[in-house]
Amino acid sequence: MELSLEEQEMLDGNYGKGVQIAMKIQVALGDVFNAQRMVPVSRTHVALSNQEADLWFVEKMVSAGAKCRVSPTVNPGFNLEYFQCITTISKKDEEMIRRTRKAYKDVGATLTFDCTPYLEKNVPRFGEITAYSESSATPFINSVYGARTNRESAQSALCAAITGRTPLYGFLLDENRKGQVLVDVQAKIKSDFDYQLLGYAVPKKLKFKTPVFVNVPTNPSAAALMNLGAQLNTAGNVPMYHIVGVTPEAKTINDAFQGGDPEYVITISEEDLEKVHEDITDPGGKIDFALFGCPHFNINQVAHISKLVKGKKLKVKLWIMTSSLTKELASRMGYLEILQAAGGDIVDDTCMDQPCWEFLYGKKGVTDSPKCAYYTKRRNMQFVIRNVDECIDAAMRGEI
Amino acid sequence: MEKKFVCHKVSEGIIEGDVLLSSDDLCFYLVEPKTGVVIEKNHSLEGQSIAGKILVFPSGKGSSVVQADGMYQLKMSGKGPKALIIKYPDTVLVASSIIMELPVVDQVDEKFYEQIKNGDHVLLDADHGSLTINP
Repeated sequence: MELSLEEQEMLDGNYGKGVQIAMKIQVALGDVFNAQRMVPVSRTHVALSNQEADLWFVEKMVSAGAKCRVSPTVNPGFNLEYFQCITTISKKDEEMIRRTRKAYKDVGATLTFDCTPYLEKNVPRFGEITAYSESSATPFINSVYGARTNRESAQSALCAAITGRTPLYGFLLDENRKGQVLVDVQAKIKSDFDYQLLGYAVPKKLKFKTPVFVNVPTNPSAAALMNLGAQLNTAGNVPMYHIVGVTPEAKTINDAFQGGDPEYVITISEEDLEKVHEDITDPGGKIDFALFGCPHFNINQVAHISKLVKGKKLKVKLWIMTSSLTKELASRMGYLEILQAAGGDIVDDTCMDQPCWEFLYGKKGVTDSPKCAYYTKRRNMQFVIRNVDECIDAAMRGEI
Repeated sequence: MEKKFVCHKVSEGIIEGDVLLSSDDLCFYLVEPKTGVVIEKNHSLEGQSIAGKILVFPSGKGSSVVQADGMYQLKMSGKGPKALIIKYPDTVLVASSIIMELPVVDQVDEKFYEQIKNGDHVLLDADHGSLTINP
């Protein structure tokens, strides 16, 4: 790979040990993908996870003196102060989240603790070259905004934030952004929840190709697109998709395929969605809680649940995970009060895949998110997956 | 009989071990770190241990953090794979492997896939881009 003088100096250690480590990793990455050179990035997002590997790497970079040139927004760990009020947090978990917060602050990150940075605080323009990790973020950046990012890991995105560069390959290049497989959606897509199932159903048939969706509604909500991207990257590995007539690089089918033909066509039927739904959900029965916000709910989604529970009583505890900005807005608009009166709550700066939820291990909940159910398998949490309205209904009855 | 095949380095290293084949993509987070057993529902390796194996699978999958977290925990417990042989490299898997110093190769000669069987002993040399069955 050809490096500029400054990049070579980073690699040689002239900018300090931390920058050198980051550049070394990026050069190795560039070599694997045959990148010819590095390019500057103007935005980054690091999928902080508050787990061992995450903390190990960021602390390693901090102790090597690294400071981000392009301050990244970051994912949530958990809201220590909130959970200390409602449950017991072990010494070990408390120390871990404190160290994570400190390390990211010291490395120069912007402490948003939100997994939907693309809706607030870190919104790119068309064509902008960026480095985003986080499974719902990467496809949103590429597909919905037409900005450019590879499907970065938390660590490779942090390297990009530190050097301000990324190797030029993959989805940063025009020719790799073309659609490859036509996805004919025969199933009726009626709600934001249907996009969850659609996103989960497609990767198995896709084989690492960029999908082009046709026959889906032409005015999807932000939540629908968040859901689609999140599930495409839970069931598989899909950094970019096109929806003809919706996403900016797919005004027409011809646009989406850059004048070429699809390599093959796949069809998604009503039965495909039903089958995937059956495969991923745990069986119904008595439930102990309801959990939403994977990815973090936006204000419209919070408003919807608040409308459903207004003046009613929930039989089980309910949480909505969201950003601190959205929580503040929900409070200002009275949604938080309505939710709390019904027995629910909003928790900000928190991910479902964190030890703060230990008091729910071994229990069964409802959620609208297959991603939430998938990653919590490790934590022995069971989830019945339904659309939001059915989840709320279940939460009021205590069973489904 | 020794058979040698060409491949391409993703992450450096030279190592020998027994092969475990997976037809499905893999997320290292859905592997129990204490045992190396795959816990993902309906996965072709569900219930099997990947500890100490040279894993052959199409590609990584899963969110941009859990791959590294899963791999790191397996590395720390000593129940991780010895090396990976993949078809489709993605940034998350590649970056995680480089950082964790796990040897990985891709672009393997198709004939390797025709001949390789579960349990075969393989010498993987990422640095020189070669794979040898029954060395």
